[in-house]
Amino acid sequence: MNTITTQSPLATYIVRHADDNVIIGQRLAEYISRAPELEEDLAVANFALDHIGVANHLYTYAASVDGGQSDADALAMMRSEREFTNLLLVEQPHSDFGELMARQFLFDAYQVGLWGALSESSDETISGISQRAVKEAAYHLRHSSGWVIRLGDGTQESHDRMQSGIDRMWRYTEELFFSDELDQEMARAAIGVDPAILRTDWERVVDDVLEEATLTRPSDPYQTGGGRSGGHTEHLGKLLAEMQWMQRSYPGMTW
Amino acid sequence: MDPDAEEQMFAAVIAADEKIEPRDWMPDGYRSSLIRQMAQHAHSEVIGMQPEANWILRAPTLLRKAILIAKVQDEAGHGLYLYSAAETLGVSRDELQRLLHSGRQKYSSIFNYPTLSWADMGTIGWLVDGAAIVNQIVLQRTSYGPYSRAMVKICKEESFHARQGYSIMMTLVDGSEEQKAMAQDAIDRWWWPALMMFGPHDSESSHTEQSMAWKIKRITNDDLRQMFIDQTVPQAHYLGLTIPDPELAFDEETGHWNIGEIDWEEFWATIQGDGPLNRERIAHKTKAWDDGRWVREGASGYAAKNRSLDKSA
Ligand SMILES: [Fe+2]
Ligand SMILES: [Fe+2]
Repeated sequence: MNTITTQSPLATYIVRHADDNVIIGQRLAEYISRAPELEEDLAVANFALDHIGVANHLYTYAASVDGGQSDADALAMMRSEREFTNLLLVEQPHSDFGELMARQFLFDAYQVGLWGALSESSDETISGISQRAVKEAAYHLRHSSGWVIRLGDGTQESHDRMQSGIDRMWRYTEELFFSDELDQEMARAAIGVDPAILRTDWERVVDDVLEEATLTRPSDPYQTGGGRSGGHTEHLGKLLAEMQWMQRSYPGMTW
Repeated sequence: MDPDAEEQMFAAVIAADEKIEPRDWMPDGYRSSLIRQMAQHAHSEVIGMQPEANWILRAPTLLRKAILIAKVQDEAGHGLYLYSAAETLGVSRDELQRLLHSGRQKYSSIFNYPTLSWADMGTIGWLVDGAAIVNQIVLQRTSYGPYSRAMVKICKEESFHARQGYSIMMTLVDGSEEQKAMAQDAIDRWWWPALMMFGPHDSESSHTEQSMAWKIKRITNDDLRQMFIDQTVPQAHYLGLTIPDPELAFDEETGHWNIGEIDWEEFWATIQGDGPLNRERIAHKTKAWDDGRWVREGASGYAAKNRSLDKSA
């Protein structure tokens, strides 16, 4: 099977956001049956479903923008590590519930701004998908920030673990606001948004929640990025190996 | 009310096919049988998440992945309904979980088998949820009100699960030779364990007689099993799959499918903790619970602090 690549800038742009969602959906799905309470198994499954649903819509649209040569499953299952363009934050594994919620909270706060801005897109399909996604993201953010606050301001142990979750994920947050040429091109065409403009609102939400949670905003200046151009951490390849295993082992079949 | 009158009232409700409600008087044995059965049922829903969660990350398409996540999520929800229904009898969910973790309460033996291919997701939906439905449709008429109402809610979702499972099987048998072989291999492994889900023969079942008298149980194990066999054999034939039982034969006189003997040694071993994955299933569950301790403590620490803040304000 040939490698699947996107052709047009628009499809490439859509696929970045689809990639973010499928990867964080997969990370959340890992946790199902492992949560601290059954209620949380339900919630995590719910968020995984929302993210995978958004990814499916976006991939489907990207495939059609490129003339229908490919489809959502091919885009998700048949591209390699270097071709995935998700943010590094979403591919990070979690070693406990604190890291899982830290990743989710930092990402939810970003997605609320992103989908809010993309709801205004001149591209009707993108704005339609975003209008639905922004409601889901707001709900996710209420849930994840609720946990950050409860755990941050809970016991000493939960405070320390929540802090170390935030510390662990913090170095991938600059990347949320990097903007490259494609972002700027899409923003000029009023199709997309320049991620740099999302920063102020994100910082306000994050600072408010961290403060209420009695947590400290990490001061370590180290930040890393590169996901949008296929430069990943070592974690993504293993995630893809598992996610893509069926389609790679039995190519071209219907399931 | 004097004790005799209470007992007569209970007997009258049962005789009239009406429901016993949490505040009604009930014999101790009725209460403890219900707790045992409902807890076992709740535990089965929750432990049953594991074999299917095992394939979520590898699901072959985004749509199949979403459907499987939704199904496992439903099972968690079923566990929740059933635990809260059991709580109406005066036990707590935490206590029931402790009994599960320590092996003093059981769950359905079927979930101790490994899921080894994608076809197992089809077979579980078709056979395991299918068998659960046969059981649960009858349990809608069970004499304890909260249990009966939980079953009505749950049955709707289970039939969706069974249809999804059958749809996976249909796709596989319409597919490549490899896919067909995968489907056959799955039914080869799951057929007998699915039949064991109905429990031992009536003659071997210690609880059947009393449970039938109290109308907790409405149809015996063997009769339920037969209903399942009769509905499933034609479906397997329609799929072009072979049921792994050389003695399987249709009895023209009774109109039922007869089967060979179930391997009861395997059944009892699995019930008693020596099935293929009993230890792993409980270890997985216990680990999740232990790993989550600091989270639960954090949440209750926060709640306690905020209660006392409210008071001082
Ligand atoms: Fe269920
Ligand atoms: Fe089910």
